[in-house]
Amino acid sequence: MDFVGILLSSLSFLLDPTTIAYALATLGLALHFGFGGLLNMGMAGFMALGAYGYAIGILYFGLPWYLAAFVGIGAAIVFALILGIPTLRLRGDYLAIVTIAAAEIVRLLLLSSAFGWFTGSADGLSGFNGPGGTVTNPHEGAGGFDQSNPIPDGTYGFVPFLDNERTWYLRIVGLSILAIAIFVVWRLVNSPWGRVIKGIREDEDAVRSLGKNVFAYKMQVLVIGGVIGALGGLMLAFSTNVNSSVYVTSLTFFLWTALLLGGAATVFGPLAGSIIFWVLQAFLGLLFPALAKAGLMPFTTIQASQVKFVIVGFALVLLVVFRPQGLFGSKKELTFVK
Amino acid sequence: MSSNPTSSSPVKSTGLHTGAIKPGVAKKDPILIADHVKRQFGGLVAVDVEHVEIPRNAITALIGPNGAGKTTFFNLLTGFDTPNEGTWSFNGKSLAKVSAFKVARMGLIRTFQLTKALGLLTVMDNMKLGSTSQPGERLGASLFPFVWKKKDREIDDKAMDLLKRFKLDAKKDDFAASLSGGQRKLLEMARALMTDPELVMLDEPMAGVNPALTESLLEHILGLKKAGMTVLFVEHDMHMVRHIADWVIVMAEGRVVAEGDPHEVMKNPAVIDAYLGSHQDTDLGAVTGRITLPKLPKEK
Amino acid sequence: MRRGVHRLVSALGAVFLAFGILALATPAHADVVNPEMPFKISGNVQNNGEPIGGVTITVTGAAGFTATVPTDADGKFTVGVPEKSADYTVTLDETTLPEGIAVVDNPATPFVEANVQAVTVGPGGRSTMNFFIGQGERHTVSIADQIVQRLISGLNFGLMLALASVGLSLIYGTTGISNFAHAEMVTFGAVATFALVQLFGPAMLWLAIPLALVLSAGLGWGLDAALWAPLRRRGMGLVQLMIVSIGLSLGIRYLYQFFIGGSTEQLPGSDAERFKLFGTVTLSFTDILSMALSVLLIVVFAWWLTFTKIGKATRAISDNPSLAAASGIDVDGVVRIVWIIGSLLAGFSGILWAYFRPGIRWDMGGQILLLIFAATTLGGLGTAYGALIGSIIVGILVESSSLIIPSDLKYVGALVVLIGILLFRPQGILGRKERVG
Ligand SMILES: Nc1ncnc2c1ncn2[C@@H]1O[C@H](COP(=O)(O)OP(=O)(O)O)[C@@H](O)[C@H]1O
Ligand SMILES: [Mg+2]
Repeated sequence: MDFVGILLSSLSFLLDPTTIAYALATLGLALHFGFGGLLNMGMAGFMALGAYGYAIGILYFGLPWYLAAFVGIGAAIVFALILGIPTLRLRGDYLAIVTIAAAEIVRLLLLSSAFGWFTGSADGLSGFNGPGGTVTNPHEGAGGFDQSNPIPDGTYGFVPFLDNERTWYLRIVGLSILAIAIFVVWRLVNSPWGRVIKGIREDEDAVRSLGKNVFAYKMQVLVIGGVIGALGGLMLAFSTNVNSSVYVTSLTFFLWTALLLGGAATVFGPLAGSIIFWVLQAFLGLLFPALAKAGLMPFTTIQASQVKFVIVGFALVLLVVFRPQGLFGSKKELTFVK
Repeated sequence: MSSNPTSSSPVKSTGLHTGAIKPGVAKKDPILIADHVKRQFGGLVAVDVEHVEIPRNAITALIGPNGAGKTTFFNLLTGFDTPNEGTWSFNGKSLAKVSAFKVARMGLIRTFQLTKALGLLTVMDNMKLGSTSQPGERLGASLFPFVWKKKDREIDDKAMDLLKRFKLDAKKDDFAASLSGGQRKLLEMARALMTDPELVMLDEPMAGVNPALTESLLEHILGLKKAGMTVLFVEHDMHMVRHIADWVIVMAEGRVVAEGDPHEVMKNPAVIDAYLGSHQDTDLGAVTGRITLPKLPKEK
Repeated sequence: MRRGVHRLVSALGAVFLAFGILALATPAHADVVNPEMPFKISGNVQNNGEPIGGVTITVTGAAGFTATVPTDADGKFTVGVPEKSADYTVTLDETTLPEGIAVVDNPATPFVEANVQAVTVGPGGRSTMNFFIGQGERHTVSIADQIVQRLISGLNFGLMLALASVGLSLIYGTTGISNFAHAEMVTFGAVATFALVQLFGPAMLWLAIPLALVLSAGLGWGLDAALWAPLRRRGMGLVQLMIVSIGLSLGIRYLYQFFIGGSTEQLPGSDAERFKLFGTVTLSFTDILSMALSVLLIVVFAWWLTFTKIGKATRAISDNPSLAAASGIDVDGVVRIVWIIGSLLAGFSGILWAYFRPGIRWDMGGQILLLIFAATTLGGLGTAYGALIGSIIVGILVESSSLIIPSDLKYVGALVVLIGILLFRPQGILGRKERVG
């Protein structure tokens, strides 16, 4: 068993484009739940819209990649508005159920063979990051994200970050987006606006009685967090094909686990939580099958590769029971006391 | 404003009404007028107010047994609940279909019977939320601290002033969740005052507050009147009502059953009935001529 | 403003509808669908050896799997399917055949439509089947028959959902937990039955099912004793409890996958023969038994909730926990019983779901969790009778929506209706508005 190899490939997830994507989505969730108190259980839907909006913007509207990104963001904004109008008036637990349902609606619509001509159904969409080409066959069309890469061809870095120019470009773009998003969220939550949304998290009627338009604030939170989630989806779409099978309810639950791991009402917690969560996932996902193969675990390798999910589930339970403020939240500021 | 502890017999406003005293009597200068306001929960008529006027720049007490509909009436007046029918106006402007936050912006601020301190915000942040003029509460401006920093310092000073008066200044950096029940009531009231309201509606402000604090709360309420505000408050303790109220409105089973001067109104047979009606299970001895009222539902 | 919002929402609804119609009108353009799926069903459509192209073939399977493919010029079609050792139904749309011919009936099975064939993809993962076409009458199903068929199956589905959702609703009402792990309690009933059948043999199904129900009840008891009661005593917040239930759901779900793998297993009797009711409406013995047992259990449950002392206490706690506690009700004891009953009902619903799908899978409960939540929410969170009504509405809606919208979108219809109803009646059908202040 090659333990060092396993360790190194897990560590590569530290700076993996997907980790960055999940960190973005988790940050959006932190704004929703940690600061705004919105129980959004449909973050996967926002990510899906970001990713598909981008791909569709390129493949069907012939947009260059940076404009197509706004299609994805726009789709997330529209989704947040449609979702917010009926649900932001409702009690928190209704919001949870409605958002999870709405995300499933998005996924099922993207998956349905009825819209296969548009969404690629179970195949998803691909071929949109490559060099610009003809749009006669939409699936050949491309937005030129790869072409915009200024890094010359080659392999750079050191193990475990020894990668080609494309991966490095993805990292740089992803980290830049993440840095900007973290800065914006940090500014927002430490402003009077942030004070109002934290007040709404605690008791919206009290804030309403002080003359604040609670509905509008909640809508703003939903939209901004949703856009950050969509940026996460965009990041996934930059790096690979889009497929509806990624944006399942479990993804939302994993994001929640990462959020609570880091601390919901913190700005850097989501980043730390995501990194720990996905590095650990990768590590366990490699370790257990290797152990099973080496005969050190009494499971088949297939079983061994599933153990990590069992662990994630029960770890989430233990986390909430024993450390609800997350690894980086302060003990005083338990995220949810109610 | 006075925080002078010697003002034990406050100056009462008199001559607030015009015409003979009866439920719904007209006031010389009403700030709030409600007409035919009715709210039903299923079969239960929680509020059914024919007509009532609240006098300006006076302290009015709203009393009545549990379940009389006082809180519901507050909710209706402030836009937190919608009546089945009725109209009501504040300073002559109709408030029907005006949402709660707009009502608050017009200068009609209420507190809640079940205190709503924002637990995981500091006492100071709770106070600052009350301010109505912070441009940094707008999304766009919030990103640029230079737009709102100066204003925030002003708000800070104002909040500090109020906190000192309410003896909460030592707690300003603590989470509101760490305050005692009475202190939360004080905080909620102080926060309401941050909005510079015209009419303050307090739902049982004295409930659960220890006697020493009650004393100072009464002072604060009197101070509000001196500062030109109008106060409408719900209270069960008749001694306090007598002490500070200029006018008393009595509700029972959703209706206004009596109004008047605090000393006179308790002699009114309708009031005695209303209170007895909700205490039928207690042995009150022989009360002659007592009408059996239907039992009122228990308060939740 | 309100009215504006409504108008906006109805406009959006219209857009969605337009998309749906567009989708119906768009023909599938490939003759191999789902090539990436690991297993295949392929076949031939021939008229006396002459291949017929352009005939529409629809393959449906467990968990809402649907694929539609036209035959190619050689009369051949191939469809990728997600699972082996599973049953699929292959339907030939006779209206797409040339005039005057139809699928020839098999004299051995006069009631079975010859244009609808059941296909089992064996362990090899591949299956081939042929449609023989000749002169004959077409199997057109009248709209009325289709509607009746869908209503019956919707009622069946709804009753099954109801068993799960009244339990969820009771638990919510008494403890405030939005229990996502309810899905796993549903799966548990089916998995336990399957395990017991493995142990005793298929002939002992009559024993396996009651035993599985006892185990289900035990699961509810165990979860409450080991997890929920201690958390309750700690006074944990509702949001935290909900997230705990999400973690629990993930953990248990993957534990099932760990033990039974990713494939679909069948319970004995899932292949019960269908008999004709009238017209083209058919029913199987399992359908009837399933509905009868659901109704029986729901009636017993309703009697329990309405008339027994503990049932009354349960409702009192849902109404006002602190008042109930103050008036001497043993809240902890009642909540324990609610978990036991909720889990038992969920387990039974899981067994029925295994027959309805048909098949047992590690994530079968998760597939209907949202529908259970939708039903509970529709009825009004925390009202058991509301959950019953909500379930039947959702069941019928899901099953009959495939008359109008593509069947792989049938859950979407129910979820859209959920959101729509909350727009107009946020507290659900039987729920109460909360008080402020
Ligand atoms: N949201 C509600 N749903 C049902 N009944 C309510 C609701 N709010 C208040 N009530 C009922 O209305 C009546 C008046 O209540 P309330 O206004 O709280 O009385 P008070 O504040 O005078 O004690 C009570 O019987 C109460 O149970
Ligand atoms: Mg009250």
